[in-house]
Amino acid sequence: MEKLTILIVDDEEGIRTGIRRVLRNFTVSFPFYEHDFEYDLIDAETGEQAIQIIDNQNIDIILLDNKLPGIEGIEVLEYINNKLTDCAVMMITSYASMDLAIKATNNGAFNFIPKPFSQQDLKSAIESITKHLFLKRMTQKMKLEAKNIRFKFLSVLSHELKSPINAVEGYLRIMQDKQAGTDISAYENMIERSIDRLKGMRNLIMDMLDLTKIESGKKNRELKNIDIVEIANMCLDSIEPMAIQKNLKIIKEFPKKLKINADSGEIEIIFNNLLSNAVKYNKKDGQIKFYLKNENEKVIFIIEDSGIGMTEEEKSSLFEDFKRIKNEKTKNISGSGLGLSIMKKIIDLNKGNVKIESKVDIGSKFTVEIPV
Amino acid sequence: MKNEKTILITDDDIDYLEQMKFHVENFGYKTLTANSQKECEQIIENEHFDLAILDLMMENDDSGFILSYKIKKKNPDLPVILATSVSSATRFVFEPENETEKSWIKADKYLEKGIRPDQLQREISKLLKL
Repeated sequence: MEKLTILIVDDEEGIRTGIRRVLRNFTVSFPFYEHDFEYDLIDAETGEQAIQIIDNQNIDIILLDNKLPGIEGIEVLEYINNKLTDCAVMMITSYASMDLAIKATNNGAFNFIPKPFSQQDLKSAIESITKHLFLKRMTQKMKLEAKNIRFKFLSVLSHELKSPINAVEGYLRIMQDKQAGTDISAYENMIERSIDRLKGMRNLIMDMLDLTKIESGKKNRELKNIDIVEIANMCLDSIEPMAIQKNLKIIKEFPKKLKINADSGEIEIIFNNLLSNAVKYNKKDGQIKFYLKNENEKVIFIIEDSGIGMTEEEKSSLFEDFKRIKNEKTKNISGSGLGLSIMKKIIDLNKGNVKIESKVDIGSKFTVEIPV
Repeated sequence: MKNEKTILITDDDIDYLEQMKFHVENFGYKTLTANSQKECEQIIENEHFDLAILDLMMENDDSGFILSYKIKKKNPDLPVILATSVSSATRFVFEPENETEKSWIKADKYLEKGIRPDQLQREISKLLKL
């Protein structure tokens, strides 16, 4: 149940109690919102009294008579607009002249209800003003959230980009001032580290560009009937050198051919992300299982490693931008923190889903399903 | 002039950690290094040091604050420098935001990363009152 406060401003007591009686047990519900709305009711006899109430408490809806003993309703409306409060005003008056209606709506009144009105008139007026207020507040909230997410993204991005710049700059300064003396190997090591950091930065920028393209919907998708077994083999070839370094055993089970209608670049990104993670987070002498199959109109990819695994908590935030699991075991593993977030977006784009099973120190298993 | 003060340096960026260690040792101090909040917590428990330089964002976004709190709880007079590469240009706040935070986060100095070694040396000597 959600409560909205209505302020009734009218000098005629009969009208005020009439409105009260109609709205006292009135509730409004919308199919798109889980809660019902009900109303708290407050009265004011004059415009001056209304202003005092508006100044001192939160009012959501104001039913405002124009013809009042002191200042007029339209002046109260002006006051409300200048105050920039987040409430909706409905004018009530028996002198429902077109002029006043136009003037009031120009001044920001949401609607107009002429006296005399029936119970039903009042109820539907309250229903429409509630919907207006709800949607307006919801839009504001969403705009603010989008802004916050964007801001968070930019601050993390700047952190991730500045760290390698600082590291490389730091090495260059040491080298510039020849602070490591005559030990050439110390300088060689600094150059190597700098090149590594620049590579990481390049990957981050490429990932970020992919992500921006996907999010802005500008990525040119080329949907064709492609054989994903071919792509899987190609991706396996490209990670082989990394796998050999760790002495990983790769077990694959592919059908001869598996054709789906998809963008080959996207499928490649999914495989590359999962495979490179399966290598990076694996243990020495471990293994990677890679299965492809077609079941119930779905193509299923399974990539399972025997690596460090994840806790439930780590699993839950895995697809967030820049989410890198930081612990003792991952501190020497590099990555942009965008790979899985990009992969998830691509899977969504293909109306598929991804499931993770993982056990700490045993390994992780990613199952991706994409409808054919 | 050689002196026997020990400085604890904590950063999850291995290169930054190496460079800080390089400079601080060049200034003539001994160093202890930690590569994560967890490693640093162990050092705080078990080792002696005279000043700490802490990175802010490690395993947690506020690792540096947490470590600073732990150090000050053990020894309120031990100087702590918080360093971060989160730029003030992003308006991302990395200083304590309000009075409650100020009451428990008691770093002596906040430094933006990319600091010049001579500045760092000055700050360290100032805090160690050398």
